[in-house]
Parts: sequence; C-alpha cells; structure tokens
Amino acid sequence: MESTVAITATPTVETKLRAEHISMSFTRDGESMPVLEDINLEVGNGEFLCLLGPSGCGKSTLLSIIAGFLSPTSGEVKIDGEIVRGPDPRRIFVFQERGVFPWLTVEGNIGFGLFKLTRAERDRRIAHYIKMVGLEGFGKSYPSELSGGMKQRLEVARALAVNPDMLFLDEPFGALDSITRLIMRGELLRIWEAERKTIIFVTHDIDEAVQLADRVAVMSARPGRIQEIVNIDIPHPRDINSARYLELRTGIFNQIGLAHHL
Amino acid sequence: MPSPWGVVGGLVDLTSHGLLVKYVVASLFRVTWGFTLAAILAIPLGLTIGWYRRAEMAFNPLIQFLRPISPLAWIPIAILWFGVGDLSAIFLIFLSCFFPLLLTAINAVRNIPAVYINAGRNFGLSPGALVYRVLYPAVVPQLIVGLRITLGIAWLVVVAAEMIAVNSGLGFLIVDARNAGNRYDLVVAGMVLIGLIGLLLDIGMRSLEKVKSFRWSYSEE
Repeated sequence: MESTVAITATPTVETKLRAEHISMSFTRDGESMPVLEDINLEVGNGEFLCLLGPSGCGKSTLLSIIAGFLSPTSGEVKIDGEIVRGPDPRRIFVFQERGVFPWLTVEGNIGFGLFKLTRAERDRRIAHYIKMVGLEGFGKSYPSELSGGMKQRLEVARALAVNPDMLFLDEPFGALDSITRLIMRGELLRIWEAERKTIIFVTHDIDEAVQLADRVAVMSARPGRIQEIVNIDIPHPRDINSARYLELRTGIFNQIGLAHHL
Repeated sequence: MPSPWGVVGGLVDLTSHGLLVKYVVASLFRVTWGFTLAAILAIPLGLTIGWYRRAEMAFNPLIQFLRPISPLAWIPIAILWFGVGDLSAIFLIFLSCFFPLLLTAINAVRNIPAVYINAGRNFGLSPGALVYRVLYPAVVPQLIVGLRITLGIAWLVVVAAEMIAVNSGLGFLIVDARNAGNRYDLVVAGMVLIGLIGLLLDIGMRSLEKVKSFRWSYSEE
C-alpha cells in the first residue's frame, strides 16, 4: 500500500482552517460518552477535503463543531486565524436536501441569505446561480415540486449565492439514488473548479471521497480520531478505472477495514 | 318530530320574523371575539413557551391542570363574573379555544426541524429576522390546522353557552323553542343552521391551507 500521509496542508497553499486538539463528549443518562478525541487538522485555502469514516464515528459532529453549531468539549477551531464561536455567513453548511426551506420558492431559497443586497443585485445573483445549478425554468417552483437531486442543487445554490469562503457538506448526496449521486459529484467538482471555495465534505462512501477530494481524512470508529490523511494525487477529471485510483481506494478500504476488524 | 317540510317552514318563520339573521349574527359575533382573543394571546405565548424548554417545564403542570376542565364547567363562574350576556359567552369561547391553541403553538415550535433553524443562523439572521423568516413560516401550517380544529370547538361551545348565559343566538333559539311551546320545527331548524355554519367555517379555514406558501407541509412526505 502506497498512500502518501500528509498531516499538514500542501505547503504552497496558505492554511484556511486549523482544528487543534478537538475533543467532544456527550452526556447521556449521566454518563459521558466520548465522540471525538484529539482531532488535529489543517485545511488549505481552496482545498477539497473529505472526512471519511464509518457511521457513528463523529464526522458529522466534527463538521458541526467546525461550522460553529456545536462547541467542542476542549480544543478550538481557527479559521483565518480567528477562533470559531458560532455559525457565520462566510461559511455555509449544506445539509442533505432537507435543508431547503419548503415555504420558499427556488428563487426565495437562493435569495434567502442575500437580504443585505439591493433588489437588482439580489435578482442578478439568483439568476446566476439558478443557471449554474441547472434549475432554469424552476424559479417559481416550490421544493416539494422538485426531485431530490434538484433540491440538493438548490441547497448548494443557496449556499454559493452568499459567496462564502467555505462550504461544509454533510453527506449531501446520501439520500440520492446512485446515478443522480454520480451526476451531482461531477456538478460539485465543476462548481468547485469555477469558484474555488474551500470545501469540507463528510461522507461514509470511500469512492465518493476518492473521486472528489484533494485529501481524505480517514476517521476511526468512535471515539473518532483521524487515523490517516491520504493525498489523492490524481488530477481532475479523474479516471476511476486508473491503477492509481484503484490503489488509493484499496488503501483506504484497508484502513477502514482495520478500524472495523473485519 | 317535525317533518323536513316542517323544518323548512320553521326556517321561513324565523326569516320572516328577522330572527334568523339576528341569531346567526349574534352567535358568530361571540365566536369571532372569543376565538380571536384566544388566538391573539395563546399563539404568541405558546410559541414563546415552546421555544424555551425551561418555560415549558414551568408552565406544563398548570396547563395540564386547567386543560381538562370543560369550558362548560366555567359557566357558573362566567355568569358570576360577567353576568348574563355577551361577555360571558365570549369568555367561555375564549377559554375553550385558549388551551388547544396554546398546545398547538407549543408543539409547532418544538417540531421545527433543527436544520431550518441552523440554516437561518448560518445565514446570519438577527434574532428578530430568525423569528419572522424561519420560525413563523415553519409553524404556520401546524397553526392553521390547530385554528381550524379550534374554531370547530368554539362553534360547539357557543351553542352550549347560549343555552344558559344569553338571550339570543342559535343555542338560545333551540332552548327557547322547546321551552316556549315545544316548537320542535324550530329546534331542528336551529340544529340545521348550526351544522351549515359549522361546515362553512370549516371550508373557510381549509381555504387557508391551500395558500401555496403554507401548503408545503401537506404535500411533503
């Protein structure tokens, strides 16, 4: 197995995010349950990082901490050198497609975060992002009239419309069928290459991680730790039948397998 | 028992005496006031209580203690406080609507999916904007269902209240028709009117559910 381990971001890129000694435990029935243990992570500006791990390993919890929805039991997250103390419109969290507001139209959803702009500027951005995610003609539709994949694209558009530096995606394609999921991955890469946001993407799907990420942070089962960071050194568009792809994929499979004692 | 034609005759009789419109208006007047006052007080209070877990823990025992007491049990106290008249009837309708609406509002807030609130916070909404742009639209569909059911309750209670606490309205018509000479044609005419108006009120409330931006919760899942 030949996978490059890189603990820090590529040195030529400035560090966007630094998580230092993050630990988290939840209290249930008076007992403290450790969920995350001493997580250290650096993400470079413009980087696409996948957090990969078995379900229940705390990867979504880690993402919620990074986004500022949860406070860690100890440790801190710094973005641009500033400690994260809460959610911020410069960093948008994309939930599974459930996160779109069902009482707003497609236009209303995309414009949701644009309340500080003038009407003309808002309309311009809405039109731009409707086009970018391929929802032309659905501007006046409500989410209940859209398919799962369209709702997911809508949520990504809503996030991009406020021009954030970072996107946090929590298993965004988990509820989609496998064909739509593949298409969505391609679209996300296209958008990422166009806008170069820093992306942290949580998934339990090894293929998804290897197809998308610059680096994959493999997490162990609960309490979650970062077991290994794998550099995916294949240029986009990636040939998912290439020897290097399969090698990296197998390497991660073994990592996760070891964690599970299969 | 009167025949269907007897009932029609009763309705004609009421109309010709100008009582039909007068009684319907009197009953609707009481329901409107009692229901509206209850909605104005119970919904904001319920939304607040539902938002703060501690408030719910503090108020819940009191709510659960008062709620099972039938509004009709309050009739003697209503008469003691407000005398025989509109105020008593309005008070009884207010009581009968207040607790169902309060509980609807509390539950509506507690059922808001956390993703909506987190998304609202993520986009940097002020607390006021979060209430107006996320909390309120998220609870409206549940509130409409609650209002519709509660209006039905109000309509039930107004008839009972009018049998005792006032001298006009459809409930009064029924009791009065029986007492003043066993006019069962008028009794049944009164029942028919109550049913008809109940149906119309329900149709009116249901049309609210059809408003597009309210309709999402009925079409999804």
